[in-house]
Amino acid sequence: MSYPSKHLLAIEGLEPPHIADLLDLAESYALLNRSGKTQRDLLKGRTLINLFFEDSTRTRTSFELAGKRLGADVINMSVSTSSVNKGETLLDTASTLNAMQCDLLVIRHAQSGAPALLSQKVDAAVINAGDGTHEHPTQALLDALTIRRHKGRLEGLIVAICGDIAHSRVARSNIHLLGTMGARVRIVGPPTLIPADAARLGVEVFTDMKAGLKDADVVMMLRLQRERMSGGLVPSAREFFRFYGLDAEKLALAKPDSIVMHPGPMNRGVEIDSAIADHPTRSVIGEQVEMGVACRMAVLDILARRLPRNR
Amino acid sequence: MRDLLISDARLLDPATGLDARGALLVRDGLIADLGQGLTAPEGAELIDAAGACLAPGLVDLRANLGEPGQEHRETIASAAQAAAAGGITTLCVLPDTDPALDDPALLSFMIRRGEATGSVTLLPYGAATAGCAGKELAEFGLLREAGAIAFTDGAKAIGNARTMRIALSYARAFGAFIVQHPEDPSLAAGGAATEGELATRLGLPGIPPAAEAMMVARDITLARITGGHVHFAHVSTAAALDLIRAAKQDGLRVTCDTAPPYFDQNETAIGDYRTYAKLSPPLRTEADRIAIVAGLVDGTIDAIASDHQPRDADDKRLPFAQAEAGGAGLATLLAVTLARVHAGDIPMLAALGLLTCKPAALLGLPVGRLAKGAPADLLLFHPARGWKVEAGKLPGKAQNSPFDGRALEGRVLGTWKAGRRVFSA
Repeated sequence: MSYPSKHLLAIEGLEPPHIADLLDLAESYALLNRSGKTQRDLLKGRTLINLFFEDSTRTRTSFELAGKRLGADVINMSVSTSSVNKGETLLDTASTLNAMQCDLLVIRHAQSGAPALLSQKVDAAVINAGDGTHEHPTQALLDALTIRRHKGRLEGLIVAICGDIAHSRVARSNIHLLGTMGARVRIVGPPTLIPADAARLGVEVFTDMKAGLKDADVVMMLRLQRERMSGGLVPSAREFFRFYGLDAEKLALAKPDSIVMHPGPMNRGVEIDSAIADHPTRSVIGEQVEMGVACRMAVLDILARRLPRNR
Repeated sequence: MRDLLISDARLLDPATGLDARGALLVRDGLIADLGQGLTAPEGAELIDAAGACLAPGLVDLRANLGEPGQEHRETIASAAQAAAAGGITTLCVLPDTDPALDDPALLSFMIRRGEATGSVTLLPYGAATAGCAGKELAEFGLLREAGAIAFTDGAKAIGNARTMRIALSYARAFGAFIVQHPEDPSLAAGGAATEGELATRLGLPGIPPAAEAMMVARDITLARITGGHVHFAHVSTAAALDLIRAAKQDGLRVTCDTAPPYFDQNETAIGDYRTYAKLSPPLRTEADRIAIVAGLVDGTIDAIASDHQPRDADDKRLPFAQAEAGGAGLATLLAVTLARVHAGDIPMLAALGLLTCKPAALLGLPVGRLAKGAPADLLLFHPARGWKVEAGKLPGKAQNSPFDGRALEGRVLGTWKAGRRVFSA
């Protein structure tokens, strides 16, 4: 089993064998979870701290469950944004966590690079659970695992990532992961929500969603990050839905057996039509959540192997 | 004061093109004589330069000091110490302090504080607008009488075109120029790095490089219609330089400077979210860096300034987008410039000229040259002696060097202010 680092800060920089190993391990945890034999003692005596500077229910819960299923002591620390004075508490928190002798630290922060900064100051293995508009590595892993379970592979698949690419850490991690594994990644959105020099990340850029969805194997919708948009990058939600929302008409252009994904939480009627989100055969949104727990177990497992035996 | 004879030096005077072995005699704070065959007067202090370079003390066109208002970052005294160690004997300081230098009494205060250091001439800019807030024009006439060398809002761009037009126009009456931070504020708002592939990968909000060229284009147009003199600070992009080059060819009163980071580093220095390399304007692409070097060589750029912006650890030890922009630059000004000389990009005298006589000429000052009768502001340096930039060990208070960890060649051995030694290595 190969993995190159003490931390998981980003997908960028990982190589195909690292990703394949993580996905294989996650697959085995997915099977184990379904069999109901969940409680193991792999992380017995280890402390996992969920440090969330941004509100999140599903990612935090998913990490909590993953840690508990592996036997770790899990502590949730939510740091309300109002008490964070320009991030100064980040390094103060680091010294607190060191004193608590935390082994695995899961962090979500509104600022790109915050987990990397923290990783320089703490002894624990740091897992990035989403930083600003940079990366969300475990989301990309669970998306890849979900795709692999449905399509049997990643290589050669056409994956269309649609919506607010510019403000999406999910998009960046997926672009890196899927590109590294040989998928053909397209990004689809209005020019104002496509990041600068996006094509240099190895993707095809589409501003016409119908062209972007043509023959796609996977349609990945992103949440329209309205709260992050400082100033009218799209004129209205209804205009966005008309041109960039996923409905039956647009989905019909993708392959007939294509799957629909969304990292959640969804804005129904803004980026995705309810009928598509709840589609019994095409939507795999529920399975993404399930794979999330398995992938996070795999990440905790791999990182714990590099931890010192005793503190 | 005793006479001083510095012998066996490589005399470098960019103003006259002098580059020859010889000696230099200092009397009463002035350069009394220089050349070959000088003998020491009775009782003179003797310094054997052993072949090291003797040049005019550096004239730094642009530095922000923490004082008044941000003394935890830098004080006039600590900046003077860093300047002396960097060979700087004339330091032009920005007015966007707290309070801003928009009142004649504050300018007089700054000048007196500079005199009190005894080691550096401190020349303040006046605020272009009251409080550097970009709205009402400051009292150019009264500020000029109090010693303002020119007018600027410092690190803030004068964003309103009408305000800039009035400033350029009104400043003509007092023979002063306006220094602009060339960055369109609405395009740059919220940005932390140069927009492009790297910022996209790092997930950092971008500042389009065009924000600089657009402001330069606007202000060149305003200089044309007002007849005013606009000076662009820390130019960092090829597109802006092209506009400035063309404006100069048109005979407009347009000048500019750049700072060492923009000809020595490119945007990759911010990789891994290195906040010490977070600057304003942000570091650019390699193509832009090469264009800045070309601008130094072909004369489009009139001066190299340190663009010293002191920040403390709490300003920098933050996630990248939240960290303060700005780098300490006093102690590294000479050696980073010499790196371009060692690389063969620019001749020694031309590089020194951008640090001495050229900024002095822009300001109409008698310093920045080795000439009989000129103030004995002197810099003795060894061009090839190596040292390593280490944040925490730099002279002065501010340690936020974007060059932290960098090995440089070019060491200041001694600095003299009006004939008095203010630094020795």
